[in-house]
Amino acid sequence: MSAPVPSPAGGRWKPAPLLPRDDARETALLFVIAVLCFLACLAAVTALASDRAAQGWSREIRGEATVQVRPALNETGSAAAARAAEALAGVPGVAEAAALEREKAEALLRPWLGDAVLDDLPVPHLVTVTLDPVTPASSQDLRAALRRAGIDGVVDDHGRWLKDVERSAALVRVAALALFALMAAAAGAVIAFATRAGMAARRDVVEVLHLTGAKDDFIAAVFQGRFARLAAEAGLYGALAAAAVAAILKLAGGGGGFGPALPMHWADLAAVSPCPLVAATVAAVAARMTTLRLLRGTP
Amino acid sequence: MSSKAAAPSEPPPSPSTGPVVRFETVGLRYGREPEVLKDVGFTLAPGSFHFLTGASGAGKSSLLKLIYLALKPSRGRVELFGQDVERLPRADLPFLRRRIGVVFQEFRLLDHLSAFDNAALPLRVAGQKPAAYRDDVAELLAWVGLGKRMHAMPPTLSGGEKQRLAIARAVVGRPELLLADEPTGNVDHEMGLRILRLLVELNRLGTTVLIASHDQELVRGSGMPVLHLEKGRLTRREGAPA
Repeated sequence: MSAPVPSPAGGRWKPAPLLPRDDARETALLFVIAVLCFLACLAAVTALASDRAAQGWSREIRGEATVQVRPALNETGSAAAARAAEALAGVPGVAEAAALEREKAEALLRPWLGDAVLDDLPVPHLVTVTLDPVTPASSQDLRAALRRAGIDGVVDDHGRWLKDVERSAALVRVAALALFALMAAAAGAVIAFATRAGMAARRDVVEVLHLTGAKDDFIAAVFQGRFARLAAEAGLYGALAAAAVAAILKLAGGGGGFGPALPMHWADLAAVSPCPLVAATVAAVAARMTTLRLLRGTP
Repeated sequence: MSSKAAAPSEPPPSPSTGPVVRFETVGLRYGREPEVLKDVGFTLAPGSFHFLTGASGAGKSSLLKLIYLALKPSRGRVELFGQDVERLPRADLPFLRRRIGVVFQEFRLLDHLSAFDNAALPLRVAGQKPAAYRDDVAELLAWVGLGKRMHAMPPTLSGGEKQRLAIARAVVGRPELLLADEPTGNVDHEMGLRILRLLVELNRLGTTVLIASHDQELVRGSGMPVLHLEKGRLTRREGAPA
């Protein structure tokens, strides 16, 4: 009597995988890819937080202007500042304009100059202007208003700082993207190396498949599927670990993010969700290209 | 045995009424080494049965490798089923290989697959669904005497069982040409005769068979035509059809 025939119709039978599992090698590879994914996910979350921080800084800087008033000969500095504030408050696109009291101006200078010399110094007479966030007035508008009111003053729209902040924000974004691309390339290289090692270790399987009439695509799909599944699993572990670390940092930072400088939202953690898919795609492409290149060298 | 042939996705084999195999002044060398095959020329007619004999190192396995497309000749011309293999695009070679069944000297069974999965491998590679080949493979394994061992893993099989499993895998796709490299080399005489009977039966079903063997007793006993290799040259064609 023969043994029972495998029954795909009656049960869950399906042919065994063409590649045997190699636990030691695959555990090491899983760990390396998971670490790369973990770092890439942290880079992505940090990029989002730094982008938000940069946008916040830009918004704050863009929303304010400072006017330094030079009083006329027969006028006190405080009076000139008050007159300038009044003139500027009426400009469309200005939400609020207020003369900075001498005490406040001294308080700003005290950390730099100390108490001793402040009484002898001509403290500048400043007007702080809060701009409308939707339709902010331009620095030209503010200068024109001062001119019309006959006030000699210098308008600082913080443009120099804004450029610096925007340049820094762009640099952070590019650095985060470059880091992410580097991680993806490193993962691809690791997969390509592992595919080569896997093909060398499973030369018997490759040769038998090749000689029994398997097309290169079929053999490539065997390796591609194996490494894509492995990378997806590693990507999941890396993403979960990165999300956990980011969550801990957010909670440790008082719920504000990695600290006041890098505000993070809970929604940012969703940025790690494509990681398993991206890792699987990178692995599949790397394994396929490597396998096809190696097979091209065979008869 | 009622195993179905190749997968539906496979292009139809090119019509060939000529020889299944034709070698013309074929030479083969490995790297810069001296030629292991020199000016080899022969043909295998459809449905023929030949032994390939020669001392160890005479080039029998190399000649078989040229036929099953594991090697390319250094010179000369190799035709399979009427097609010059040198002129065929690489993408067409798998379809040619599927028309050839090979019983390797060292079996080349995959240890992590069951006997059933090993035997079914060529059909799986050709894209057939398990439901389509399940019964045929089981029937074939029963035919080679492995009906009770289809779930066994190769390391647990005896030498004779491995040999018969290798034959089952070689013939499961109903190849037009069957090559066997020392198929009786790892089994006792009685098992050798049994395996030879299997191959003869396949030949009667229409398969062209070429067996490399140094078992002179088996070769002489069979009465089949012989191609003899000596130091890389085909020196004798005993009883070969004209």
